[in-house]
Amino acid sequence: MSDTSLDMSATRTALAETAVSAGGGSVGDYFALLKPRVMSLVIFTGLVGMVAAPGAMHPVLAFTALLCIAVGAGAAGALNMWFDADIDAEMQRTAKRPIPTGRIAPGEALGFGATLAIGSVVVLGLTINWTAGALLALTIAFYLFVYTMWLKRRTPQNIVIGGAAGAFPPMIGWAAVTGSVDLASIVLFLVIFMWTPPHFWALSLYRIRDYERVKVPMLPVVAGPDETRKQILIYSLLLVPVTLLPCAVGIGGLAYLTSALAFGTVFLVLASRVYNNRTAPKADRMARDLFRFSILYLFALFAIILVEQGLGGYVDIPWAMI
Amino acid sequence: MSEAYQWTEEELKKRRRRSIAIALILVGLMVLFFVVTLVRLGGNVADRAI
Repeated sequence: MSDTSLDMSATRTALAETAVSAGGGSVGDYFALLKPRVMSLVIFTGLVGMVAAPGAMHPVLAFTALLCIAVGAGAAGALNMWFDADIDAEMQRTAKRPIPTGRIAPGEALGFGATLAIGSVVVLGLTINWTAGALLALTIAFYLFVYTMWLKRRTPQNIVIGGAAGAFPPMIGWAAVTGSVDLASIVLFLVIFMWTPPHFWALSLYRIRDYERVKVPMLPVVAGPDETRKQILIYSLLLVPVTLLPCAVGIGGLAYLTSALAFGTVFLVLASRVYNNRTAPKADRMARDLFRFSILYLFALFAIILVEQGLGGYVDIPWAMI
Repeated sequence: MSEAYQWTEEELKKRRRRSIAIALILVGLMVLFFVVTLVRLGGNVADRAI
């Protein structure tokens, strides 16, 4: 057994002992297990998938579908916190989560997450359709088994492949309306999938000490900050053209095209600043700027699709009218 | 023989709040399932062959 696994198993034992007593957590602690900030982005992108999809849906069913997507995403977050409690306890960013602080026992988080995961999939399948239910099940399973358990502690490609889990929600929303997986929903998936690596690598650049301490092989830890900066720039250059694809499949109009080009240019400028500034503290500040902007960037792109498709703001792109 | 665990005031308060939250969620789900059933059945009930 390696030193790392010995360290981690000691942390796990300590965690089990720290957990005060079964049932000691507050309602807020259980809510925190759902990773509410991640959940809000999942709800939003899921909603955009539903609005962009052709066809109509009864508001009650649309609400039910969104609720299931939100709860399913929250369940995946709780299961992730259960499995990663040992490394969460060692990282500054995550040390105050309910399990590392002993407010919730690991077993409680496992039971809570598993119940919500099964419940959300079954309710989505029974009330909406089983394509959406199956996609939600795939999302949770992918996040837990492929990303959290398999890739995260083994390869620097963890968030490249694992990022797929975060990219599924618009596909689930789309499938809730249409009952199918179509090219346009795959395009929405691709936008988030390509956005994830530069977003997380920017974070890991200025949180590198955290990842080093717990020996999670994030790209800056394994390949070094300079290689990470290069990869951020490469992925950003790939991301911007991908964000234009919604225009090619009819879900992005003139406003989307203009915004995607403008925001994409800012994204590339920030990524190039990260690439060019390699000494602290400026390097950290540049990485932080890119990380923050990346959240706004994704939110803005999806918000424009929402306005165009849901609020009647769609204007054809001139060349599409020819 | 070990003594039974004594819950503190704070723990009892948290347990009560958790119980209320669970009750509210269950009532919410009950209402949701009822309304979803109405929506899903829709006009099909009136249209059925008698």
